[in-house]
Amino acid sequence: MSAVPILAFRQIEKSFGAIRALRGVNFELQAGEVHALLGENGAGKSTLIKVATGAHAPDAGTIEVAGEVVRRIDPLSARKHGIACIYQQPALFPDLTVEENLALRLEPSSSWRRVDWSTRRQRAETLLSRIGAHFGPDREVRTLSMPEQQLVEIACALGAGARIVIMDEPTASLTRQEQERLFSLVRALRAQSVGVIYISHRLEEIFALADRVTVLRDGASIGTHVVTSMSESRLIELMVGREVAHLYPPTEFSGGAIRLDVRELVCKAGGLKKVSFTVKAGEILGLSGLVGAGRTELARTLFGITPADAGEIRVDGQLLSVRNPRVAVAAGIAYVPEDRRRHGVVLEMPVSHNLTLAARRRYFPWGILRPRVEREAAGHFVESLGIKTAGIGAPAGSLSGGNQQKVSLGRWLATEPKILILDEPTQGVDVGAKGELHRIIRRLAAKGLAVILISSDLPEILGMSDRIGVMREGRLVTVLPGGSSAAAVMAAALGKTEEEKSA
Amino acid sequence: MKRYAREISVLGVLLLLLCFLAWRAPDFFQAQPLRSLLTREAPALVVACGMALVIMTRQIDISVGSQFSVCSVVAGLLAAEGFSISVVTMLAVALGSVLGALNGFLVAALGLPSIVVTLGTLVALRQGLNLVRQGEFVNLPDQFQWLGQSQGWGQNALLAVAVLVVVTLSWTLRHVAVGRYVYAVGSDGEAARLSGIRPKRVTFGVFVLLGALTGLAAVMNVVQSPQVQPLSGLGLELKVIAAAVVGGVAISGGRGNLWGVFFGLLLLACVSPAMIHLRIEAYWEKAIQGGIILLAVAAEGLRGRNQA
Repeated sequence: MSAVPILAFRQIEKSFGAIRALRGVNFELQAGEVHALLGENGAGKSTLIKVATGAHAPDAGTIEVAGEVVRRIDPLSARKHGIACIYQQPALFPDLTVEENLALRLEPSSSWRRVDWSTRRQRAETLLSRIGAHFGPDREVRTLSMPEQQLVEIACALGAGARIVIMDEPTASLTRQEQERLFSLVRALRAQSVGVIYISHRLEEIFALADRVTVLRDGASIGTHVVTSMSESRLIELMVGREVAHLYPPTEFSGGAIRLDVRELVCKAGGLKKVSFTVKAGEILGLSGLVGAGRTELARTLFGITPADAGEIRVDGQLLSVRNPRVAVAAGIAYVPEDRRRHGVVLEMPVSHNLTLAARRRYFPWGILRPRVEREAAGHFVESLGIKTAGIGAPAGSLSGGNQQKVSLGRWLATEPKILILDEPTQGVDVGAKGELHRIIRRLAAKGLAVILISSDLPEILGMSDRIGVMREGRLVTVLPGGSSAAAVMAAALGKTEEEKSA
Repeated sequence: MKRYAREISVLGVLLLLLCFLAWRAPDFFQAQPLRSLLTREAPALVVACGMALVIMTRQIDISVGSQFSVCSVVAGLLAAEGFSISVVTMLAVALGSVLGALNGFLVAALGLPSIVVTLGTLVALRQGLNLVRQGEFVNLPDQFQWLGQSQGWGQNALLAVAVLVVVTLSWTLRHVAVGRYVYAVGSDGEAARLSGIRPKRVTFGVFVLLGALTGLAAVMNVVQSPQVQPLSGLGLELKVIAAAVVGGVAISGGRGNLWGVFFGLLLLACVSPAMIHLRIEAYWEKAIQGGIILLAVAAEGLRGRNQA
């Protein structure tokens, strides 16, 4: 790795008002390497990426592209330098076809030029075959799944002749299989001597894919290491700058009464087929499965968002007809949805209003708001959940992802639920906050809550669950005991057990 | 303080205008013309409050002008039939509620876009009224104008009603849980629904309330003259939407309060008489009002950009 780096940042600094987002970052990317960028949320990864793509201009420091000092990068020159970025949420035009999207990105931006449809078609087909896509250039982008849209983004990068590809948490919404496909694509890029900057919260991906890793902490680069020389715990230590207590605190569950009893639940709209299971007081039931296996749909049915067509839901032995979320709330069911950025918290509302929004009956019995009660309740949750906020009056949108998640959680704890359904509670949350959320979840279970934990993060499922339910194609295929191996869970999720049975 | 920056800045502009008038045209502050000006604007203020709530839930109702006309004519006809003022008021409010409920049903229950729905009702109500009444004026019985009292008494009463509406609704928004639902639904309807709020009901409710307030405003307008003109509500929607926007209600929902709307309406209402006193040609009136609206929207846009 002594060659001239294709991209180098030297002592990059960037401030937003009083906040120093980057304080002297050094980073080098070689051609033909996958270089992971690691750091907690707020460590400066996104800002650094935005400097690389030209969205932000650095305040100080130099950028070198292929050994030449570039004064600054703007979005147009980024393309000229061969820098392409693949975001977590693909930024494509949903109503246009794949071909048209590729054309918009790749063709020179002269608005009145005649469209050359045959070249356009040829290029689209070549690019799609290069990324091994199973869809044609005429598909409208909105009919593609998230991973397929990511493939289109990668095709754009390839088509633009990118020599530097930045991937920002590309696997956040992918299933295992899709991840594997993405990985092989990344490796193929590397073989074509493209430099890949790879950002992920999932350490196992970094070990699987990256050659080197640079750790950012508080806007500064802590160091660059060859991945094979590092261990997972050492990386975490570097990221948080202190020894983290184990990510997964030990269980205290030793048996309890059945809180939730679900029998042969069917929901056609959600694709659920006769799902039966129980959760005991104090127990954490992990729900694993591929994306689209029906885990979120199960949660939404239990919470009455898409009511069940058949089957029984019992809470503490009492049969319920969960027609809508209010019935569920009244019965003591709480649902912290995934995708907090969209519907977990009301971004414009103050933290305090967000915290009391679901427990209105408890705090405001006659519908009259009681500011003092609200302040006390909000203060209580801010303290007990460790929500980092400028104040309870600050808008929820001003908080970091992990803290928004805590607000979303606090809102439901305020309803004093018996059953807590958590859907991807730590997605997009940094390692430090993740461990903290896990401890909170454990503490809640220890208090007698029945917890259903939906997660695509397998280590989280394995580390947190007292039992592990695995879903596939709308069915709960098996419930494994806690302490099962990752292989057993994966096998069930992929449907291997059934094949073995029939064999 | 920062939360109310927008409302305070509108008040600031209003005070600035008033100070300027005090300097250049002290005649503006004669008690009776000023009271007449405020009374003329009182009905619009009542409608603007309802409109603000609708906009806060991320909807809009452009049919209020037609609703206003229909309610005015019906109120006039009822009064001509000899019904007392209180009965006429109640029936006008009820009629307004029904018209609002129609919009609310189409928007909330059927999920249709409110701008299209209310464009439809705007035209339908206006044309229906023309068809039935052929533009005929309604002559009111003598004891009806100014509520059967002296002009000054009537004006004070109308101003009191308008202020009462602002105070009541403003208090409700701040201190009753349903007020918070309005903000929650306007900011993020799905998040509100997941929190056990019924966004459709809230949306339906604000449309009905706007209709009811429009009915009330129609009566407040009718009692100010001896006749009812069927075109009395023409262009009302623009005025009240402008007042809400100038007053800091975010057109994207979830933000605003009624004091801002109050100041916004006063600001827009002062433009025309201020121009007369400053001897500016009347042709400029709409241009100046439009300028104020653009300024308010620009301020909103800049606010959003700074936060991002």
